[in-house]
Amino acid sequence: MQQKASFSPLSIYFWCFVFILFLPIILLIIFSFNNSVQLVFPLKGFTLQWYQSLSENTEMLKAVRTSIILGFSSSLVATILGTMTAIAVVRYSFPGRSFFIAVSAMPLVIPYVILGVSLLIMFHQIGVHLSAMTAGIAHVVISLPYATLVIAARLVGFPQNLEEAAMDLGATYWGALLRVTIPICFPALMAAFLICFTISFDEFAIASFLVGTQPTLPVYLYSQLRFPTRLPLVVSLASLLMVASMVIVLLAEWLRRAGQTAPRKG
Amino acid sequence: MSECSVELRQATKTFTTKRGANLEDVLAVRGLSLSIEPGEFFTLLGPSGCGKTTTLRLIAGFETPTSGDVFIQGKLMNKVPPYQRPVNTVFQNYALFPHLTVLKNVAFGMAVKRVPRVEREKLAQQALELVQLGDMGDRKPSQLSGGQQQRVALARALVNKPGVLLLDEPLGALDLKLRKAMQIELKQLQMQVGITFIYVTHDQEEALTMSDRVAVMHKGVLQQCGTPHELYEKPVNQFVADFIGESNFIKAKVYRVSGNEALVSVGREYFSAVIGEPQPQAGQEITISVRPEKIVINAPDASAHQGGLGGLVEQVIYVGADTRYVINLESGSTIVARVQNTGNVEEFVKGDAVMVYWEAEDAHILWF
Repeated sequence: MQQKASFSPLSIYFWCFVFILFLPIILLIIFSFNNSVQLVFPLKGFTLQWYQSLSENTEMLKAVRTSIILGFSSSLVATILGTMTAIAVVRYSFPGRSFFIAVSAMPLVIPYVILGVSLLIMFHQIGVHLSAMTAGIAHVVISLPYATLVIAARLVGFPQNLEEAAMDLGATYWGALLRVTIPICFPALMAAFLICFTISFDEFAIASFLVGTQPTLPVYLYSQLRFPTRLPLVVSLASLLMVASMVIVLLAEWLRRAGQTAPRKG
Repeated sequence: MSECSVELRQATKTFTTKRGANLEDVLAVRGLSLSIEPGEFFTLLGPSGCGKTTTLRLIAGFETPTSGDVFIQGKLMNKVPPYQRPVNTVFQNYALFPHLTVLKNVAFGMAVKRVPRVEREKLAQQALELVQLGDMGDRKPSQLSGGQQQRVALARALVNKPGVLLLDEPLGALDLKLRKAMQIELKQLQMQVGITFIYVTHDQEEALTMSDRVAVMHKGVLQQCGTPHELYEKPVNQFVADFIGESNFIKAKVYRVSGNEALVSVGREYFSAVIGEPQPQAGQEITISVRPEKIVINAPDASAHQGGLGGLVEQVIYVGADTRYVINLESGSTIVARVQNTGNVEEFVKGDAVMVYWEAEDAHILWF
C-alpha cells in the first residue's frame, strides 16, 4: 500500500526545514570556490586557490594529522571499551546494573565545556602534562556511550544460542566471542568506530581545553578566525570537513543496517 | 563398556526469578535420576515447561545442578564447562553460524581444536555427505531450507564424534511430512554411527517412533521411564496414560483383589482389570484406563461377552482408516472407542444403544 504523494502543509514545512538546515552548509561550500576574500554576494568568480593554499599550509596539515591520530586511537579504545560494556549490560544481570548503565550514559548529558574544564582541573591536579593524549582520553569518555549504544543494539537482536553452540563445539567463552560474536557484530563495531571517529574529529570545546600545544583541526580552525584574510581558507577547510564527516556517518549508518538485516536467521 | 553413557543422580535445578519485588525459586528439575546406556536412543518427553530442556542443558553443561550429580561416561561433570564435555548438541533453532559457510560451520569444532585445515575440511565434507548435503558446502546457512539447515546442525555435531549427542527438539520447526521423513532418517543415522542420542521432544508420537527408551517428565519430575511398549501398555499414572497416546479414564471401585488382577465395579457391572503399583484395597475408589482401540462395541442383544458396559452413541467421527465413537456410558462417564474400518465391522449411528467391552489385560488401574 503506497500513499499518494500529496502536497500537504506538512510537506511544505518539511522542505522548508531541510532548506534552512542545509542552507549554511551550501553557502559554505559555494563560498569556498569564490574568488574573493570577502564572504558576500555577488560571487566574484570560480577559483580553487583556497583549496590549493590549504594543501600548502603545513601548520594546518599538522593539525589534520593530530586530529586523525587522535580520532583513530580514541575511537579504537572507545569501541573496545564499548563492546565490553555492551556485553556486560546486555548479557549479564548483576547488582547495580541500572546504575552502571546510567553512569556509562552520563557523558551524553554533561555539557562538553563543563567536562573539559573538570578534566583540565583533574589533569592539572594529578600532574599530567596536557597533550593530544589528554584530549584523546577525554574523547574516549564522550564517545563511549555512543559506541556502547550502537553495539548493545546489535547484541540485543543476536541469538545467544550461537555462543552456546560455539562453546558446545569446544570453544572457550573467549573463543566463542572471538570466533562468533565479534565477526557477526563486526558491522556494528565498524559503525561504532566511525561514529566515535566523527565525534572526536569534530569536537572543539574539550579539545580546546586539553590539547596543550598540539592543536586539533577544530582548535586550529578557531584560532585562524582571528585573521580576516584567512577566512576563505577556513571556509574551504570547513567544507572539506563537512563532506568527510557526512560520508563517514552515512557509511556508519549503512554498516549498522547491513549488520542488522543480514544475519538475523538462526 | 559397562559404565553408563550418562547418569543423573538426584539432579535438581532451581532457577531464581524476580517476581515483583521478591525473588522466587522455580524448580525446573526435581530429584531426577536416570541412567542412559551406551548406544541408546533415549528420549526425554513431556509438555513444555516440564524440565526436559533443562535436563538436556544440565548434561550439555549450560546449567549446573543446584544439587545432585551429572556423570558422563563415568566421570563427574558437575563443574566441567560445556567445551570440555564429550557431548555435542543439536540446538532447537539449529544455531548455525550465519557468517560462516556450511562447510566451515561443520568444521568449526575441529577448527577450535586446531585440526589442520586440509584434514578438517575433508572430514567436514564427509560429514556433509553423510547427511546428503555433499554439494552444499560453500553456501551460507541462510541459503538453505529448514530441513537442510537441520542436517547441517546434525553434521556439525556428529563430525566431532561425541560420546553423546544431545538433540533439543531438532525437528520442531519442520513441517509434518519432512518431520516424519527426518524421524526415520535420524533413527537410521543413530544406528549407523552408534552414538548415544538423548532426544528432547514434546511430541509423543515422535518419541515412540524413534526411541529405545523414553522418560516422561511432568513439572520437573520423572513420571515413568521405559520402552515405548511399556509406556503405552503399562502406564503407571494418569499423566503418562493421557500423554502417551489416548486413554479413557473410568471411575470404578475395587471389589476384590486376586493376584495380578482385581475385580472392579462400575455401576452394577463387574469386570477385571490389571493392577499396577501400589496394590489397591477392596472397597477403594480408583480410576481405570482403557485405550480407545482396545474397546469393542456391540449391539446390546449380542451375548458373546460378559460384563460389558451399556451406553449411547453420542457422536460418530469418520477419520479414514478408522471411526471414532464417542459413547456416553450409563454410569455417567464418556469414553472414546476407535474401530478400524476393515469393512466387516458393524457400524453404528448417533443415538444407538450399544454395549462396550474390553479384555481384562487392557484395563489398567491407575493412581494419581
